[in-house]
Amino acid sequence: METAKAPDGVRGEMANLGKSLSIRGELSGSEDLYIDGQVEGAIDLHGNSLMVGPNGRIKANVNAGSAVIQGKLEGNIRATDRVDLKQSAVVLGDIATQRISIEEGAYFKGGVDVQRDVARPEAKAAGISSGKAPSPAAATAPEPRKS
Amino acid sequence: MPQREEPESLEMASTAQNLMKIFRGATTGPGQQKASPVTPQRLTRRSSGLVELSETLSSQDGLRVLDLGATSPGNIRYLTELGHKCYSEDVLLASFDPSLVTKDDQGNRVLDEKRFLSENLVYEPSLFDVVFCWNLADYLDESLVKPVVGRFWTALKPGGMLLAFFHTRDAGPDAPCYRYHIVNKDTLEMQHIVARPEAGPNPGSSGRAYPASKTHFRLQRVFNNRNIENLFRDFASIKFFLARDNVREVLVVR
Repeated sequence: METAKAPDGVRGEMANLGKSLSIRGELSGSEDLYIDGQVEGAIDLHGNSLMVGPNGRIKANVNAGSAVIQGKLEGNIRATDRVDLKQSAVVLGDIATQRISIEEGAYFKGGVDVQRDVARPEAKAAGISSGKAPSPAAATAPEPRKS
Repeated sequence: MPQREEPESLEMASTAQNLMKIFRGATTGPGQQKASPVTPQRLTRRSSGLVELSETLSSQDGLRVLDLGATSPGNIRYLTELGHKCYSEDVLLASFDPSLVTKDDQGNRVLDEKRFLSENLVYEPSLFDVVFCWNLADYLDESLVKPVVGRFWTALKPGGMLLAFFHTRDAGPDAPCYRYHIVNKDTLEMQHIVARPEAGPNPGSSGRAYPASKTHFRLQRVFNNRNIENLFRDFASIKFFLARDNVREVLVVR
């Protein structure tokens, strides 16, 4: 099986969890993260990007700036900017974000809440705004339908 | 005369080939042509039930809407753009989970209804304002129809609305199973769906892909008006719309 890769220009600047790695616990950080392995617990990236590769198997609630899912994720996603579910994505959980894109063929079971300002829960409680301009379009157009 | 006919027939064959190339968009020569993917035909239809439901969808904000069927990016986009929260769940696919199949005392095949309901349609009571049931009841296993409708009743708010489609007898047992995508307030796009082995994951505990059936989803039964009224007898009101394509639309209010 071919190892899936994040776009080269992006991946070079991302922390990388390879497909043979398995982590149980809380994963937090202030940089972008690419996961192609297994993670069980919680993921908090403080407004940075999460990319789950096609081999990625996540059982965790996710807090991030944006999330691109190609593998399987069981848990809720809260992304301040956007969520992209690629064709191979399997997501079981609720999504709260400003913009969402779902490719034809992605499997999704859960709720989608498109909000103008999806701040982190603790930031909201402290009255801190995400600092991003509200998106005029609630949801982006999905990818072109494939045959 | 053969000597004349041959070039003519060759020329005609060549012309036909070129025409076929144009239609196929092929650039390779004969024998080298790749099989072009067949684009599934999507039909559109007007929906009177959706027209009525759209009044609620467009006049209120922040509704919770349950869309039953394979994940539809179009429906999610349409509903979230109206400011609603959209829930997506493919109950029909989930009912094909082979691990649900057990046998009763007589050795007959039965579905584990309790397990199915413990893994699917698990929502807090009175959560939803709208449920798009589409044609689920026509294709769902007999044993699951009433319990699933019971779940809808529990999950809908009082006054909440449910839109369901039922085939009429004229549709026949091989009526194709469609996934409905909302185009606008009165139009639906119909996508013919089949049970594919790779169609979806097992949302239950095993994490395996569904083997699913080898062919199309089969129409399990045809409900007449009385059957439908009985099915939704706990609901406050029911309204029928008979469409031209052998589909009866039903708008039910909890």
